[in-house]
Amino acid sequence: MSDANGVNPDKDVNATNLPGQRGDAGETIRVQRGMFGADNGGDTSGYGGLVRSVRMPGPAVRPYGGPHGGAAYGDFDEVADELEGALDEQGLLPETAIEKTVVDHGEITFHIAREHLPRVAKTLRDDPALRFELCTGVSGVHLPGDKGRELHAVYHLRSITHNRLIRLEVSVPDADPHIPSIVSVYPTNDWHERETYDFFGIVFDGHPALTRIMMPDDWQGFPQRKDYPLGGIPVEYKGAQIPAPDQRRSYS
Amino acid sequence: MTASNAIPHAPQQAEERKTTEGRVFTVTGGDWDELAESVGKADDERIVVNMGPQHPSTHGVLRLILEIDGETVTEARCGIGYLHTGIEKNMEYRTWTQGTTFVTRMDYLTPLFNETAYCLAVEKLLGITDQIPDRANVIRVMMMELNRISSHLVAIATGGMELGATTVMIYGFRDREMILDAFELITGLRMNHAYIRPGGLAQDLPPGAVDHVRELVKKFHKNLPEYDKLATGNPVFKGRMQDVGYLDLAGCMALGATGPILRAAGLPHDLRKAQPYCGYESYDFEIPTADTCDSYGRFLVRLAEMRQSLHIIEQCLDRLEPGPVMVADKKIAWPAQLALGSDGLGNSLDHIKKIMGTSMEALIHHFKLVTEGFRVPPGQAYSAVESAKGELGVHVVSDGGTRPQRVHFRDPSFTNLQTMAAMCEGGMVADVIVAVASIDPVMGGVDR
Repeated sequence: MSDANGVNPDKDVNATNLPGQRGDAGETIRVQRGMFGADNGGDTSGYGGLVRSVRMPGPAVRPYGGPHGGAAYGDFDEVADELEGALDEQGLLPETAIEKTVVDHGEITFHIAREHLPRVAKTLRDDPALRFELCTGVSGVHLPGDKGRELHAVYHLRSITHNRLIRLEVSVPDADPHIPSIVSVYPTNDWHERETYDFFGIVFDGHPALTRIMMPDDWQGFPQRKDYPLGGIPVEYKGAQIPAPDQRRSYS
Repeated sequence: MTASNAIPHAPQQAEERKTTEGRVFTVTGGDWDELAESVGKADDERIVVNMGPQHPSTHGVLRLILEIDGETVTEARCGIGYLHTGIEKNMEYRTWTQGTTFVTRMDYLTPLFNETAYCLAVEKLLGITDQIPDRANVIRVMMMELNRISSHLVAIATGGMELGATTVMIYGFRDREMILDAFELITGLRMNHAYIRPGGLAQDLPPGAVDHVRELVKKFHKNLPEYDKLATGNPVFKGRMQDVGYLDLAGCMALGATGPILRAAGLPHDLRKAQPYCGYESYDFEIPTADTCDSYGRFLVRLAEMRQSLHIIEQCLDRLEPGPVMVADKKIAWPAQLALGSDGLGNSLDHIKKIMGTSMEALIHHFKLVTEGFRVPPGQAYSAVESAKGELGVHVVSDGGTRPQRVHFRDPSFTNLQTMAAMCEGGMVADVIVAVASIDPVMGGVDR
């Protein structure tokens, strides 16, 4: 791509003329080939050879600012400082517990090493300067292209005292999908962890009764993983055969 | 079914089967006393009662597993998943815009909250939150508040019916019907609207809608006090609801309960005030609370919230200014020039004439946007709205494509239903129904 055509999104991270580009910033979760998702030779557009890497937002640098943006010291810095300080007091090096911190779309994400998750959650709940009383559950994400950290568990914590919202993210490899349960810290996560286990196969160690919750007890497989097919049959509509949703043409 | 049911008008009897779990009785009618007596004789056994998954008092297909000692519930658990429809998985195979048609079907009593929460998250990822036109935001707020009233009316109506107060039920559904009529006028459908879209609304208000809603508000000012007269001071109603389904603030926080349950425990936490969206910060309203922590308090909170919602709707009607209802960016704005044709709602003939006859670029845009959809930059976002039932959160992950990588809903019904055990254990069997009704779970939202 030449600069003569305007902004080059591979060089300018903030370019908006081609979506899905972040230059070299951020972390690659997938390499995408082609433009229109046709990988069986049906693509005659000439875009079939296009190779792009899909990147998630990368680690942020201080100051983190606050939910309304801005480059100045803000709410997010305060939370990060308090959390790091509180972990330090407990004799836990913040760098070992917090792998990285991402700020994007006015939201802050702490990537936590899984073995330290319960300690971090307890600190976030109990420290008077943090007081994240409410956990809104856990959401699983399966990124098959993110090698070595395919499964992500995402927690959103809300502090009613300080009116703040933060996100914790824990990622584990598909080969060893174990994350310590935080039901003992946030009992509300009981059903949420069961749901994430049911759909993604993430095993929450220490959960009081980790069983399937939505699917039948004897169900095989974890339905919301990307390699699990959606299923469906072709339907006839106004004389035409409409393929099942996962068989239709897709645009990547 | 049991053999005795094959004979017409045969008296219903408890069928007994022996299983590895012990003796299993299937009860279908009014022979409870006989059964309790016969089973009670062998008091060395605990009795586990499966209520549901199709009992009318279980709000859809909820299964309550109660271990009872006489009339006292010693242990209570929920069995859910009977209405799981894979909405989150399905959305990964549709475009971002098509997602609204799925989310609207989750908690089918609060479709407009589901749509708004989802669209707010997509808009956050697109970075267009500030570009949503004012008129779209005002209409969103108005629709959500109408929806809050209709959802609370069902909660009160079905809750009343389960106590035997069928008049409350009739009144509740009568009034809800008026709101559904307004929804039908505005969106074309009584439920499952898919009216709120990423970037704005599917279409503007039709002619006469503002007058219709004004008339509706007037009727509600007359009808809402009827619930007060019927139920609030009613000694039977109070006797059944007070101190039933008790859950205090500490219990609510630990179990993640939000919405009327939390506010009935005395905490005025409402996302419309705490983390305003869609311009809620500019409306004048109060957060009703109660301090009784019981089913009766939740009833009072719902009643008061409906009055506040009416107040917000009036403010919406007053500030509706003509203008667009979709973002200006044509790469995102769904072609919203809809009109009613002989075969239903579709693109207006003017729009078709334009794209087919005069502007090839417009045709290409229309085609690409409808078949391919727009791309959303990679990243994740969480947005939450205060639905009628509590915090409705959406976690959306995009990998830069035209379809979501992952959409997860934190449905308030799902989280609130977890409190059932805490509310019911140690109470009477009959109070389980009251407690579950006060949680107001909707299984479409719980199971998704």
